[in-house]
Amino acid sequence: MAVTTVTAAGATAGGRAVTTSDESRVPGENKAGWLLFTPFLVLYVVFLIGPAIYGVVMSFFHTTLIHTGLGSWAGGANYMEAFKSSDFWWSMWHTTYFTLMTTPPLVVVALIMAVLVERVRHFRWFFRLIFFAPYVVPSAAVGLIWGFLYAAQTGLFSTWVSQIGITPPNWLGDPSWALPSVALATIWWTVGFNFVLYLAGLQDIPRDLYEAAAVDGATPMQQVRSITIPLLGRTTLLVTILQILASLKIFDQVYLLTAGGPNFTSRPAIEYIYDIGFTDYRAGYAAAASMLFFVLILLVGAVFLVVSRRQQRGV
Amino acid sequence: MTAERGWRSGFDRRDLLRGAGLAGLAGIGAAAVSGCGSPVATGVAGTGPPKDSLTYWNLFSGGDGVRMVAMEDAYTKSHRDVSLNSVTLSWGNPYYTKLALATLSSRPPDIGISHISRLPTLARAGLLSPIDESALGAHGMTADKFTAKAWETGHIDGKLYCVPLDTHVHCLYYRTDVCKKAGLLDSSGNLKPIKGPDEFIAALAAAKKVTKKYGGVVNITADPSTCYRWFITLYSQLGGQVLADEGRTIVLDDDKAIKVLTFMQELTIKQKLMPNTVDGSAVQQMFSTGQVGFLIDGDWQVSTYQTAKVPFSMTLVPNIFGGPYSVFADSHVFVLPKDPQRNHKRLGLTMDFIHTLETNAITWAMGGHIPAWLPVQHSKAYRELKPESNYASAAQAAVYDAPAWYSGAGSDYETVVGSAVASAETGQMTPRQAVATMRKGLQKYATTKPPVS
Repeated sequence: MAVTTVTAAGATAGGRAVTTSDESRVPGENKAGWLLFTPFLVLYVVFLIGPAIYGVVMSFFHTTLIHTGLGSWAGGANYMEAFKSSDFWWSMWHTTYFTLMTTPPLVVVALIMAVLVERVRHFRWFFRLIFFAPYVVPSAAVGLIWGFLYAAQTGLFSTWVSQIGITPPNWLGDPSWALPSVALATIWWTVGFNFVLYLAGLQDIPRDLYEAAAVDGATPMQQVRSITIPLLGRTTLLVTILQILASLKIFDQVYLLTAGGPNFTSRPAIEYIYDIGFTDYRAGYAAAASMLFFVLILLVGAVFLVVSRRQQRGV
Repeated sequence: MTAERGWRSGFDRRDLLRGAGLAGLAGIGAAAVSGCGSPVATGVAGTGPPKDSLTYWNLFSGGDGVRMVAMEDAYTKSHRDVSLNSVTLSWGNPYYTKLALATLSSRPPDIGISHISRLPTLARAGLLSPIDESALGAHGMTADKFTAKAWETGHIDGKLYCVPLDTHVHCLYYRTDVCKKAGLLDSSGNLKPIKGPDEFIAALAAAKKVTKKYGGVVNITADPSTCYRWFITLYSQLGGQVLADEGRTIVLDDDKAIKVLTFMQELTIKQKLMPNTVDGSAVQQMFSTGQVGFLIDGDWQVSTYQTAKVPFSMTLVPNIFGGPYSVFADSHVFVLPKDPQRNHKRLGLTMDFIHTLETNAITWAMGGHIPAWLPVQHSKAYRELKPESNYASAAQAAVYDAPAWYSGAGSDYETVVGSAVASAETGQMTPRQAVATMRKGLQKYATTKPPVS
């Protein structure tokens, strides 16, 4: 089920979406289309566009959570404060660092897993299931499980590492280990999603290419290198961008495992926004920080658009 | 597949949809008629709650949640004509955010729970109604019936803003088996008094000899609140203050703070009497399995170790630095969110509810909290409640967070100070660096325009 749905999504986002030509339209279809579109549009405007615009407005006011209304006019003061705040930029760096740490392994490991599972003859469903299973675990449970694994003094990892004669690091309590530890937990948790996208991509590669290559005497490794990887190009692009966006949204795992510590050294951008917005009631400033974070995500999205356009032209 | 075939052969699809729509509407209508009193129905209709109902918001989960429900049940049993609508929300920011937003949109609960450390901010923001002391007195609740410290702290600018339910403090937990072997117990099986840094270190060292691992433990990783509480307990014993002037001025005394942090490092780094890397689950395991003899933690952990059948008892955190005895504390208090619709009758119901819960506070005390209601605190039943009543005197030595818009339970004040304390305890920073980090972190808040004003 999941596989087939994702194939469709993968194909569309990969640029193979079917474009309807204008001549084929039936009169009145446009109107019906809008009518069918309306329920979604209403919800989208009420719960997404509306609040987003309100957020932009709020970022120019000293809005708080404990007074009604927008509060006094702030002009660019909130943005200036965010620009000058080292805490904000550190949190942006932590988010970026986390993204850099998680994206390559989440793409490469997922690809390797998918290629290997595709070659399995028996019980393929079993491997598909176990590799995808962690992804359906809720973040709260992931936080709990990995919290136990990383527990200082008594945790499984610390015990293992001490058994081979190494002093275990303070996984979640040492500034240089905290984010990498969270990254490792995240890779285990979310690699299944990318794995499924790659599996879907693999279904699209025609069998006869492999047969032809085999007839020509290509080894399995050569087949992977010359057929699988190039033909998965679009999937890889999709997986990479989805992964970057998912990693930029990091919050749950850090909040649950380290609470942003030690001494704020693992606090990501979203937790910073949460802290100032909800703990400190400063909704206006939090909105300004959100907008700056939004710009970062927008830039990443734009880069993706340019790359995918170029790739489409190339094919 | 079968449905599709069914439509084509017999039904007209439109008829079916129309039928379903009508059934849906009828359902909503029925729900509206039958559920007059439900919050959803009254919210949609904008009629406000019916007269004899009370809405009560709290943030208690786990053992506290169970005990609070038991106390609410006692109230419902004796007040069959009142329908009590109790809502439990998750602790900390989610709770306070919802309380603030519900009050701003004129749909607050009749009664809410707050931490006394959050009270100044909520009151200054105009989210709470001051409580008429004479009306409270008419319901049997007068100043002389409450822990004085909590009652006084509940006053802001001379007006009472809350009715205290408890004082919860940091305690010294000790394993009776370990301490007995270490010769730290007196003839009646209680911990011999510990005073001053040397006696405390000696006691931890004696316990360490028995456990072969550590003497005691205090949580460090991912728990700045606990780090803050342990720090502020010792720092207050030196007479130190952190904030003044509603948080606009930082009065951190570097020498005193360095003295405290140096002592903490003595325990965790130099003498290794306490682990310098430890987190919540490790703390519980170490104390439960006897890898330590002592634990400093909040009184609310008592049921955790009772359930685990750990041989332990509790007492006051020792007075290490010899000043007037003081220990970190907070209080759960009842507050009345500002409500333009609150009339005399509802106020009466509210006060009666608070009174009933206060008189049943012995249930609450079983969770470790010291009841603020003196008739319970002085009762025989409470005095016989062990180990909970061992540290009842801490209620008067309570050190609450200094008032500031950024202080209070779960606040950034506690996180900023606690994070720096953790860095010192793990040895990542020297005491001097940690104090500088605290000051730098707090300075940003002191100079920010307060959102409350």
